Amino acid sequence: MIAHWIKSFTLWEFVKAHWLTLKYFFKPKATINYPYEKNPISPRFRGEHALRRYPNGEERCIACKLCEAICPALAITIEAEPRADGSRRTTRYDIDMTKCIYCGLCQEACPVDAIVEGPNMDFATETREELIYDKAKLLENGDRWERALAANLAADAPYR
Amino acid sequence: MTAWFQSGFLGASVGWLVATLILILMIALPLMLAVAMIIYADRKIWAAMALRRGPNVVGPFGLLQSFADGLKVFLKETIIPSSANRGLFLIAPIITFTVALLAWAVIPFGENMVLADINVGLLYLLAVSSLGVYGIIIAGWASNSKYPFYSALRAAAQMVSYEVSIGFVLIPVVLWAGSFNLSAIVEAQRGHIFGLFNGFGLNPLLFPLAMIFLISSMAETARAPFDLTEAESELVAGYQTEYSSMSFALFWLGEYGNVLLMCGMNAVLFWGGWLPPIDWWPLYYIPGIFWFFLKILFFFFVFSWVKATVPRYRYDQLMRLGWKIFLPISLIWVFLVSGYLMLAREGMLL
Repeated sequence: MIAHWIKSFTLWEFVKAHWLTLKYFFKPKATINYPYEKNPISPRFRGEHALRRYPNGEERCIACKLCEAICPALAITIEAEPRADGSRRTTRYDIDMTKCIYCGLCQEACPVDAIVEGPNMDFATETREELIYDKAKLLENGDRWERALAANLAADAPYR
Repeated sequence: MTAWFQSGFLGASVGWLVATLILILMIALPLMLAVAMIIYADRKIWAAMALRRGPNVVGPFGLLQSFADGLKVFLKETIIPSSANRGLFLIAPIITFTVALLAWAVIPFGENMVLADINVGLLYLLAVSSLGVYGIIIAGWASNSKYPFYSALRAAAQMVSYEVSIGFVLIPVVLWAGSFNLSAIVEAQRGHIFGLFNGFGLNPLLFPLAMIFLISSMAETARAPFDLTEAESELVAGYQTEYSSMSFALFWLGEYGNVLLMCGMNAVLFWGGWLPPIDWWPLYYIPGIFWFFLKILFFFFVFSWVKATVPRYRYDQLMRLGWKIFLPISLIWVFLVSGYLMLAREGMLL
């Protein structure tokens, strides 16, 4: 009883709590300096989409539309017709990134590793329209991220 | 400086006006800057105690964060809810802000460095800081929205409750110093304990009062853990909910101006104001204003520290602390201190 009184009138619990926060004040930060530092991410990380090419520059996508069929959010729209050399290619490959749920089923479905989700996670835009990706944008992503994408696919290959 | 202006071509009255205006600007403008930097410091301290980094992008170490926020707020539209009382809605932040600035008139920054060296400086401070609640009440009422209204009711009750105990805490200080003039109160603290320290706070009889005043000043400025007026988990943002743009910024500036003022009052009343903490002659070579600012910064750190540590009080706990703990203790201490001073005067002690 008396101990309780002494404790409450000397604000003992508060002193203890403040000592604890003071110790934390001088501890190293737990957070990283985000835009300049990034945490390591898994090779399976499902970030921004990209359409890949073969090393000779030919686009991988053969317009099988498996990704469009499997997409649970109906975010992918594909139109295709035979090209002049007779190969079947897409004329339109759109992904509505505002619909996409980043489930990764499109890259699982793809028989030629054409559509993949890369390690890029910061692709915020100022307008909604910029988030509706067309084929050119996806191919550009593929060109930009190819090294990381290839490395991630190689790292994950033994487990597939 | 006033004398210099009055002796010039301006004459006695205009010279006085110009000199006073310049002095006011010399307090108000650095205060605005200080508020901007102190908001940054608050966020940094708070972040560090939560093992975060805090603002670190705008300017070196994020030092310019508050200015970026200020610029953003300047450029926004002032939204007035259609059902709000326009005039009162707009005047409320102005009241809060003005009152926060007004009180600085009597704060002594150093020896003879005070804008208005009035004899009842302490009463003036009490009066002005009581007026601060009007801005909040008017804001809550004029918003015509339920959360601001609740917040205004809470603010009114909270500030009135804690002003009572603050009033009683100040009485022993005034008794001991023998004056309501803040400069005289600071002077009375010189060499307080056997000529060793400067400050009433180190006197064992007055130390509990210093702590009560520190806690009450947090409640008075509605800082955490007493920030029930803007309890974001209950009242969105309290009385600021409907405010935007500059009217919001004025509340923000006024609030932090008040926090700085309370830190300054802690320093002046209990910890020796512009005097160095120890009554040792080499320390007097450092200008008094430096010691005063150091003490303000220290108390601001304590405010942020408490904010980072203690969770918010429940409203009944807040009222209980104010009325059933602080009020009786400070009343008893008025009795104790006045009794001690009487006995000491009669030569019955020591």
